[in-house]
Amino acid sequence: MAEITKVKEAAEEKAAKLADPKEASIDVATQQMIARAQKLGIDTVFDRAAAMKPCNIGIQGICCKNCAMGPCRLPLPKAGIVGEDTRKGLCGATANTIAARNFARMVAAGAAAHSDHGRTVAEVFLSVARKETHDYKIKDVDKLLAIAPHFGVETTVNADGAVKDRNIDEIALEVAEKALAEWGKAEGTLTYLKRAPQPLQEKWKKFGVQPRNIDREVVDIMHRTHMGVDQDYKNIVKQCSRASLADGWGGSMIATDLQDVMFGRPTPLQSEANLGIMKQDHVNIIIHGHEPVLSEMIVAAAQSKEMVDYAKTKGAKGIQLGGICCTGNEILQRHGVPPAGTFLQQELAIVTGACDAMVVDVQCVFQNLANVAKCFHTKLITTHPMAKMEQDNVIHIEFDEHHALDDAKRIVTMAIDNFQNRKGEVMIPNIKSTQIAGFGVESIEYHLGGTFRGSYYTLNDNIINGRIRGLAGVVGCNNARSKHNNAHIEMMKELIKNDVLVLTTGCGGIAAGMHGLLTPETAGVYCGPGLKEVCETVGIPPVLHLGSCVDNSRILLAATEVIKAGGPWKDLSDIPAVGAAPEWMSEKAIAIGQYFVTSGVYVIFGGNLPVTGAPVFQNYLFKGIAELYGGRWDFCEDPVEMARRMIAVIDQKRKALGIDKARDRVLMDMADRQKLEA
Amino acid sequence: MSRLVAFAAIQGGYNIVSKVEGKYKRALQTYNADTKVGFPNTAYYLPVIYSLLGIKVEKLEDMQKPLAFARKLLPPHVKGQNHLPYLGPLLDAGMAALFAFEIEEALRYLEEPNFYLPAEEVDEEAGKIWLGAADDTIMRKRGVEFVDGSAPGFAAIVGSAPDAATAKLIVEEYQRRSLYIFCAANQNGTTVIDQLREAGVQVGWNTRIVPFGPDISSAIFALGFANRAAMAFGGVQPGDYKKILKYNKDRIFAFVNALGDVNAEWAAAAAGAINWGFPTIADTDIPEVLPTGICTYEHVVANVKHEEMVQKSVEVRGLKTTVSKIDIPCAFGPAFEGERVRGADLYCQAGGGKTQCTEYLKMAAMSEIEDGKVTIVGPDIKDIKEGGAFPLAIFMQVAGREFQEDFEPILERQTHHLINYIQGIMHMGQRDIAWVRISKQAVEKGFTLKDIGVVLHAKFHKDFGKILDKVQVTLYTKKEDVDKITAQARAAYKHRDERVENMTDEDVQTYYSCTLCQSFAPTHVCTVSPERTGLCGAYNWMDCKASFEINPTGPNQPIEKGEVLDAKMGTFAGVNEFIKKASRGAIETYNFYSMVVNPMTTCGCCEAIAAMLPACNGVMTVNREYAGDTPCGMKFTTLAGVMGGGASSPGFVGHSKFNITQKKFINGDGGLLRMVWMPKILKEEIKERLIKRGKELGVPNFYDMIADETVGVTEEAILPFLQEKGHPALSMPPIVG
Repeated sequence: MAEITKVKEAAEEKAAKLADPKEASIDVATQQMIARAQKLGIDTVFDRAAAMKPCNIGIQGICCKNCAMGPCRLPLPKAGIVGEDTRKGLCGATANTIAARNFARMVAAGAAAHSDHGRTVAEVFLSVARKETHDYKIKDVDKLLAIAPHFGVETTVNADGAVKDRNIDEIALEVAEKALAEWGKAEGTLTYLKRAPQPLQEKWKKFGVQPRNIDREVVDIMHRTHMGVDQDYKNIVKQCSRASLADGWGGSMIATDLQDVMFGRPTPLQSEANLGIMKQDHVNIIIHGHEPVLSEMIVAAAQSKEMVDYAKTKGAKGIQLGGICCTGNEILQRHGVPPAGTFLQQELAIVTGACDAMVVDVQCVFQNLANVAKCFHTKLITTHPMAKMEQDNVIHIEFDEHHALDDAKRIVTMAIDNFQNRKGEVMIPNIKSTQIAGFGVESIEYHLGGTFRGSYYTLNDNIINGRIRGLAGVVGCNNARSKHNNAHIEMMKELIKNDVLVLTTGCGGIAAGMHGLLTPETAGVYCGPGLKEVCETVGIPPVLHLGSCVDNSRILLAATEVIKAGGPWKDLSDIPAVGAAPEWMSEKAIAIGQYFVTSGVYVIFGGNLPVTGAPVFQNYLFKGIAELYGGRWDFCEDPVEMARRMIAVIDQKRKALGIDKARDRVLMDMADRQKLEA
Repeated sequence: MSRLVAFAAIQGGYNIVSKVEGKYKRALQTYNADTKVGFPNTAYYLPVIYSLLGIKVEKLEDMQKPLAFARKLLPPHVKGQNHLPYLGPLLDAGMAALFAFEIEEALRYLEEPNFYLPAEEVDEEAGKIWLGAADDTIMRKRGVEFVDGSAPGFAAIVGSAPDAATAKLIVEEYQRRSLYIFCAANQNGTTVIDQLREAGVQVGWNTRIVPFGPDISSAIFALGFANRAAMAFGGVQPGDYKKILKYNKDRIFAFVNALGDVNAEWAAAAAGAINWGFPTIADTDIPEVLPTGICTYEHVVANVKHEEMVQKSVEVRGLKTTVSKIDIPCAFGPAFEGERVRGADLYCQAGGGKTQCTEYLKMAAMSEIEDGKVTIVGPDIKDIKEGGAFPLAIFMQVAGREFQEDFEPILERQTHHLINYIQGIMHMGQRDIAWVRISKQAVEKGFTLKDIGVVLHAKFHKDFGKILDKVQVTLYTKKEDVDKITAQARAAYKHRDERVENMTDEDVQTYYSCTLCQSFAPTHVCTVSPERTGLCGAYNWMDCKASFEINPTGPNQPIEKGEVLDAKMGTFAGVNEFIKKASRGAIETYNFYSMVVNPMTTCGCCEAIAAMLPACNGVMTVNREYAGDTPCGMKFTTLAGVMGGGASSPGFVGHSKFNITQKKFINGDGGLLRMVWMPKILKEEIKERLIKRGKELGVPNFYDMIADETVGVTEEAILPFLQEKGHPALSMPPIVG
């Protein structure tokens, strides 16, 4: 009897640990796949989130494990701080120091992830420039010519007194070498900083946060946050700023630029999103991770006649590629390859039973994929030397840019060969949405006026006249601690309803695609009247997908273009633009948030922000830092309330600019025209 | 819905480009590839293509490149659902259509050389009512009106109104507001121009109603006009499309009125015009594009009632126009200035060799006159038979605390255009050789001589209110009164002329700057002294002085000339200081009396341009009306293209016609005696003064020594003539030092 009770209790306990699919996600495809996994006895991140609560002290950011005298935990007293805050670790580190150090280490990890990705891209580009690889090419010469001057690379030569175009290979090589030098140069500051608006550059100089090189700022944080080094939270935050700029205006921006040079700048295109893009009668290859260096080659291989024909010999009608996370966004933006889902759907893509291979590179890859893959025929292939898995069913095919296409073909062949090994029932949710993706700084400029009049001024004019209230970057991850996609979608809808044009990247972009916000028709359904009119005029969706998480650098540059195109503003902190990561989970999100704040932007995060255990430090991030750069952090759990706070900030900026009132029509006479500046 | 506009315009773009490609292919089969093509008398090739793409189309084969560009510009068609963004593609499709239109029109000039009449006025008798591309002479002459504000903008009307009366209603309202009306395209074979002629409205450049052509493709001439203005007056470089289009958006207040059904080709043309910032206002129910950005305000506004068309159009374009509300029975405004009163329309006239006609303005004491009093002494129109002629003296008396005797001629000179502004009245000449022709139409409307007085009184107050308080006008129509006034007037003219002629640069300490044309030529600053009148010919020193008194913060500002650094060259410390500041350091110094060393800057408005002729050891000058070749190797328009835009170019200088016979004219380079060549029309125009000045310089037959195009248009061709005549320039020191 006792045993039966025990078994029953265990069963109940197990049952209690399962997620409720309807509570776990707002996406029906996701709900279906969670239920299917549960039916098959396969646990997914949703169930694990239900079973395991987050650490109550870690969540406040005040657990220090930086030396072996600890871990020292300094939880906030239940009643809050009364009188002086006397909490301290064994070494005396205050809650502020501990929370700031932990925060800094997140910035370091995030900046390292983006920047190391950038380094890989730069290395591949160098081998292209050196003609050591034939699989990659300079696809977008115009982009190369556009970025060369930022590296101080001449694009013309003087030959016998005449100015001539310089040899492209020479330009490429010099750009590659100079770009790669940004990671470790011994002197000076990052070269891309000068792409920022002048007043912002001056602020960075004044407050001493110009990064020296990309790697050094990460190392600096690791040193500084070692036991017994920097014990002034403001000084630690200063280094957070410096390291984050090395990401946003450094590693990420270079990654985006060189990817564009090698793979082409994105242009608007039509695609689809969600698990429903997988096809029962096709070989399905899911590409997951962040670096497009490999995925570009897989796209090339999978689209080759050779591979398609081979797939047909194995009984498949073709090869369907699908993306997860940002490597998915990269191939979406450039090739229209549809994303199969967001970060939280990675296991579910395998749960369909139709995933013949999942190819992963770096970042945001669940180790549990291997366990899920074990339950199906799916080949899980790791490709990056720094990202392997311990499980024995995982295949490692190390990717080498010198034999990139061969590696890619090997992987695709393996997927095709695996098509016949599908076992059991295949169940692909019949759910997907159409989306228009592929926006970038350059393509937005074009679409704001064509070849001849393309200019961000068109956007500015509509911001000034109030049709567009402001701009919001809604970016970042999913987080299993909150309802999948809910915060992204609720927030975006609230913003566009209030005439705020949304720019999105990362899993936020995929979420918007899945839920139909990336179609031009959306404007007529969800937007306020002003934004609707602008969207209809330009023919754009009210939410513009700008790519992967390194492509947040595109948002920085787009905002800079707004400044350059003219208006009542001079700096990023002047324009009515805000940022948010409502479902963040990755350290990269913290790095991104910090570089937006340091660039002058109000940034609000959802879910949880591990600073609450150190109120003084938190207050500095939420208020004090604004005095330096104009941007600040904020946090709120409710997505609609987040949107409202963003709109309030937008309105404040509009008021400060004097564009909060309706603009009168000015009828010009001759005297007015004579006053026009030359 | 913008999507529908985009859909139609992109379709239209494809249709147009394909059609023109076909025409071009056929032309290549008929003509040699090196056959010359182009619009008449222009240095700007096919101006839209040249200005935006920097491509010079001179031969048939040159059309290949811009046509291929247009083809490449055509975007994908817009899908019904889940479409890609279309604003950029829409504008590109429009631009492609416009490039194709310009090629189509150039092909028409090649294939049907007599289709268009290359003139300012239509030839009704010969049935030549389409004028085609404005040549550079017209563009510069009319362009100046856009520059000085007498024409605030243009309405490009395509199609036709429902009936002639409606066409007249709309167009005359634009005329009243002084806009130019550029007409193109037809609606089922009917054009606005046809309708206006039916309604008895005079069309042609002189009434500002320009019949470009009967097809939508001829709308390109309006844009070619605008872009040449940007290059000629704005100094924008060809190929700098961003600047050209921005210049148009900011400074050329033009828009399109689409009258009648808008088909795909019209939609493409309208989309193309949006690139210029020129919106379309239509009378039909087409999809609207309201938000701002490319245009200053709305892009496409539909369903506008005909009676509201004009007001709505200027509002959408953001243009303020003023209508002179003067209590006379006829319409009034600059657009009527060029209108003719031809023999068949004439009711009666004064002057013109038949009777005496004199205008005289005299300063009066405040107590002497009564403001607004207009008196007719003698018979009025009603007393004169149709076809009759009568003597006339218009005696204007002006009083004011700020008024000076020096202002008399300035105000008196206004009578010419002010009387001309009255619809149905034509005025020519000035002073004691004036000529007033009154049309039947005006008399039918109830015009009397009193109305001339009403106009002068009202406009003097409006334009010169700062310097005058009272205006009284008396019109004498009895011979004895007219003769009496004429005698008084002649004494006054003599006195004035002597005063002006004797006024020298040394006499005054203050010169004036003139930035009147800065709305169009933003980098140019003129300096005007008594012996160096403005190069546009419109402003002399006295005008500038009066203008400053009238508007102390206006375009004419006093410049203390300061220390005289070089009396012969005309270099003044105070002027140098001023121009350095005004040009933001770009120009440090210039000489008033030299074209060889640091000449004054030149803008596109100049009446004439002098150029050095080293082989003849002399100089030539060419006026804007002369379209032929000149010995310096460049036509006027090419010279102006090189010089205009505020540059100081040694060896060249822009100047007014009057300046040629002023005493300091290129004094530093040897003076007027350096002049070896002038176009015949210019020589004849200033003949009297040339002869007089020659005598003063001790060369009584100087007039006959100046070569013109009948002698030759190269230095080699004119040199023997100069040698034969013993031209004084040949024995002067070398012109290049």
